[in-house]
Amino acid sequence: MQIARETLLQSYRAMRTIRVFEERLHVEFATGEIPGFVHLYCGEEASAVGVCAHLNDNDTIASTHRGHGHCIAKGVDVGGMMAEIYGRQTGVCRGKGGSMHIADLSKGMLGANGIVGGGPPLICGAALSHKVLKDNGVAIAFYGDGASNEGFTLESLNLASVWQLPAVFVVEDNGYGEATGASYACAGTQKDRAAGFGMPYMECDGTDFFAVHETAREAIDHARSGKGPVMLHVHLSRWYGHFEGDSMTYRKAGEVAAEKENRDCLKHFRDRVTSAGLLDASALDDIDSAVNDEIESAVIAAKAAPWPEDAALMADVYVKY
Amino acid sequence: MSKKSFRQAINEALRQEMRRDPRVILMGEDVAGGRGGTSGVQDAWGGVLGVTKGLLTEFGEERVWDTPISEASYIGAAAGAAATGLRPVAELMFVDFIGSCLDQVLNQAAKFRYMFGGKARTPMVIRAMYGAGFNAAAQHSQSLYPLFTHIPGLKVVIPSSPYEAKGLLIEAIRDDDPVIFLENKVMYDDEEDVPDESYTIPFGEANLTREGEDVTIVAIGRMVGMANEAADRLEKQGITCTVIDPRTTSPFDEDTILECVEETGRLIVVDESSPRCNMACDISALVAERAFGALKAPILRVVPPHTPVPFSTPLEKLYMPSADKIEAAVKTVMKQHAREVA
Repeated sequence: MQIARETLLQSYRAMRTIRVFEERLHVEFATGEIPGFVHLYCGEEASAVGVCAHLNDNDTIASTHRGHGHCIAKGVDVGGMMAEIYGRQTGVCRGKGGSMHIADLSKGMLGANGIVGGGPPLICGAALSHKVLKDNGVAIAFYGDGASNEGFTLESLNLASVWQLPAVFVVEDNGYGEATGASYACAGTQKDRAAGFGMPYMECDGTDFFAVHETAREAIDHARSGKGPVMLHVHLSRWYGHFEGDSMTYRKAGEVAAEKENRDCLKHFRDRVTSAGLLDASALDDIDSAVNDEIESAVIAAKAAPWPEDAALMADVYVKY
Repeated sequence: MSKKSFRQAINEALRQEMRRDPRVILMGEDVAGGRGGTSGVQDAWGGVLGVTKGLLTEFGEERVWDTPISEASYIGAAAGAAATGLRPVAELMFVDFIGSCLDQVLNQAAKFRYMFGGKARTPMVIRAMYGAGFNAAAQHSQSLYPLFTHIPGLKVVIPSSPYEAKGLLIEAIRDDDPVIFLENKVMYDDEEDVPDESYTIPFGEANLTREGEDVTIVAIGRMVGMANEAADRLEKQGITCTVIDPRTTSPFDEDTILECVEETGRLIVVDESSPRCNMACDISALVAERAFGALKAPILRVVPPHTPVPFSTPLEKLYMPSADKIEAAVKTVMKQHAREVA
């Protein structure tokens, strides 16, 4: 299916924003200025962007501890995200969530999640809201191969099928749950798991934006049209550790270098659109430059932003207490 | 106004709120019952003890959602639905089953608003049965309200009678925060006058069910009835007690307890939950910290032993607080001064 030029430009910009955002965090984290810990999404950008290209603010997503990419793809403000990661008052969650809890319900972003497998049950609820309120929305759970082994996730696949919810379960399979290979930790196959719950299964190469975009379109159309939930299995690779500071000694020498060389979604996208004459290299270069400026400004603003006031400690535990 | 059981009072609260607000939905295991299988009677159960009977018939399948036996998925779904525009009332059946879905409450629903910088509302109610005295044994008899009370972001409601149950449940459904609503399974057939119309009872405002001069008794849930019984017996013996029903353990009405202890100088706390870190400990600490000077005798706690709930009838009776045990505790604090008791 032909993708509109505007969609291509937006998608490239979102992927490039995620890449630069994460690589900058990799650098900044090493300086010790970022509190807590962060989990980077580099290498996986086409998954979030290829899926979210089919969504609007009314649709809901739930993300993972590796959530920056999903937030950016769903339209959460990049400056507010950076400030949040720095723990500042100007953060999207006023500095009270941090990297693992960035959320923006006005954008249909139900939160990154510090609990592996935390998202799929929530997405059953968001999908139920869409179904009961008849707002034509869909709900998407992004979760990793690690979370695919959580009981919560398996229960959610069952419930979504039983209730025929407008939900898509996107398994972002980057081959590792923390430091343990999916080849060790995931018994059977994701395909068989979907079949076990009577759910259609689709898969794609997550480093190919066009493959993700096309497969996600089918999956989301299926769910949105009331035919029930779908599992979308996206094959990915992560370029950094489970968390920043993880030296990845569990991966063989050269594994990541080869992934970067051969399975870079941004390189793939650029080659594809320029060779097919869909976009000019100069348009992409302009985006690269604009994104670099945006991230630079976001970091400068975040570092200069005020810390939360003391009163914020007690605020917003409840709506009313 | 008419006599209604605790069960009817809850059913009526749910029905009236579902009529009032189309966003209120029910979900839980067999909240209707009768789906699938050999297609017998629809709405066969109305909950395992019949509390939600008839609601499927009135409100239909888009409002009353039977779930698989799959607590993590549907309690999590209630949280997700609440954050995205519905007002779900999820029935957990026995509160002991929180073990299968605690993450959804502890790390998800309770935390959204704070973690998201005040930008989320999670108007959900989890209804569950609690309490011993039903020969339901160790996995179906616990009084886990201290566990929920401990978690910032949750509100915890424990009604002590049918009247209280209706008003507090309507308040819970209209509340914009996640509420744990605990129903004592022994009380479903208790009856009293309950208004037919809708009404609310605010959270965090304790109720004085008896007023006296000698001893303050704070009692929770089913224990309120036992405390009243003990107070009535003691009055005939010349000892008058104030009985406080806190109604909610979060938010918690500290002021009423402190004021009453200032007047009586003696405090008994009756708490059905396991004794380590329970409400009796919390209330004792509150009074020791802020009304120490008013105390004429040590605070006594009428609580079960630190054991699982036993099955066998005599053992369960031994385990439970009772009017007799409360009466004995009151006599102890009346008889002796602080130093002598210690």
